[in-house]
Amino acid sequence: MYVYADNAATTQVSQRALEAMLPCFREHYGNASSLHTPGQKAAELLQQAREDVAAAIHADHKEIYFTSGGSEADNQAILTGAQIGARKGKKHIISTAFEHHAVLHTLDRLKKQGYDITLLDVHENGVVTAEEVAAAIREDTALVTIMFVNNEIGTVQPIKEIGAVCRERGVLFHTDAVQAVGHIPVDVKDMNIDMLSLSGHKFHAPKGVGAMYVRKGIPVSILIEGGQQERGKRGGTENIPGIVGLAAALNESLETLDRDMAHLSAMRDRLIEGLSKIPHSRLNGDREKRIPGTVNFCFEGIEGESLLLLLDEKGIAASSGSACTSGSLDPSHVLLALGLPHEVAHGSLRLSLSADVTPEQIDYIIASVTEVVEYLRNMSPVWDELERGVLAHQI
Amino acid sequence: MALYSDKVMDHFQHPRNVGKMEDADGIGEVGNAKCGDIMRMYIKVDEEKRISDVSFITFGCGSAIASSSMATEMIKGKPIDEVLTLTNKAVTEALDGLPAHKLHCSVLAEEAVKAAVKDYYDKNGIAYDPETLKEGECAACHLNDVHADNP
Repeated sequence: MYVYADNAATTQVSQRALEAMLPCFREHYGNASSLHTPGQKAAELLQQAREDVAAAIHADHKEIYFTSGGSEADNQAILTGAQIGARKGKKHIISTAFEHHAVLHTLDRLKKQGYDITLLDVHENGVVTAEEVAAAIREDTALVTIMFVNNEIGTVQPIKEIGAVCRERGVLFHTDAVQAVGHIPVDVKDMNIDMLSLSGHKFHAPKGVGAMYVRKGIPVSILIEGGQQERGKRGGTENIPGIVGLAAALNESLETLDRDMAHLSAMRDRLIEGLSKIPHSRLNGDREKRIPGTVNFCFEGIEGESLLLLLDEKGIAASSGSACTSGSLDPSHVLLALGLPHEVAHGSLRLSLSADVTPEQIDYIIASVTEVVEYLRNMSPVWDELERGVLAHQI
Repeated sequence: MALYSDKVMDHFQHPRNVGKMEDADGIGEVGNAKCGDIMRMYIKVDEEKRISDVSFITFGCGSAIASSSMATEMIKGKPIDEVLTLTNKAVTEALDGLPAHKLHCSVLAEEAVKAAVKDYYDKNGIAYDPETLKEGECAACHLNDVHADNP
């Protein structure tokens, strides 16, 4: 059996997205800035895609800026918030300890430029509260940037409430919604979102294309200088095939959203129930406030990379937050932010499902993980010491 | 290119000499769970001062398990004097190489072997050059501290 359970890393391009893209390569290959007919056809496709993406998140098409992906959108949105703040003498930014590196590293850079950064605690359950955001807001707060859904553990943040707090206090609010758009309902108006980042390849569009939403009236800072593309805010000839694919995949995701969410939630719960039967395992992140489809577990006494490699051998593609998979000696900053000890965080496994997953595949994952965890524990000196009582179990 | 050589994958998927040894003459354990690698090496020494049997258990990534497995094959049946000349470089070469940020796994394998020999010497009151068999201080933790990002 083969199960691709790493959809939070990237997804397969859907048939519909692919078919929408194909004519853009050899038929409608014009430059959307050109005045001739092929150019205008490209401009038309671009406009339609912009309107589709805008509708998907309840924005206006003039509020959508296509980018090369989620990371670029995060960089540009944060820079936008930071520069608006600086013009008013406000140089404080609030975020969380478990953001994606596209956000954290951008904040690191701003810190070096004299900004003051507050990273909120995400607690053991991986959820921040609007009250904590409110308490952290100061006179000089320029921006709050908090992810919609955490990419490693799948917890959903109370975005609407956080947005309301920011709106009330007159602070710009950006959310990295890369793991949310196309998976759960996102409404920038209802949720009081000023800026948002999304990425195509997380919802069955191709890699290399994303979008940034910026509410009308907010002056966008430029990251990539160039021509007048994206209303002069993002230089570079538009990636028409990618943008068309993104819009097609997003439309498709939204058409089946209710059905997919119900199915994925049931499959996720079956997976959680099965993996919880493994002794000394732990579900990471809140049990309820979580996206359908993403599960993250720790298994005591084993290391994540060897778990991944053995699962791969069984045809299961997954990921881990262990140090060995990151090329660093530290395990995932997300798991450490939950307060997990290093030695437990090393034994983590993320399974992120796609809507076509079957109950048989879930059962196969459960059986395979159970078998591999037992095999690795049998050759683990850490497990040996836990079993003999030399070390105390932590989970 | 795959992350690991075929040799590494073979030793990871089919580790040689894996398991605990109840009547070992020497046991060496190196590494740190916090860093994500611990190796425990068991040796049996015969009258001719040869490693008559060896086994290991390891908590760690694919290359840590493969390095342990390879090290056991390299020392099995060898005289202790020869075993003490085992280097991490030799382990790495025998595995057809390791990725740069995994080289510390071969260092741990060398240290685990030496720690087992030291334990055997200590238990039997055999004198040795303390310089050759220094206490491991998790040297691996100071090597290849590459801070890359999660994919």
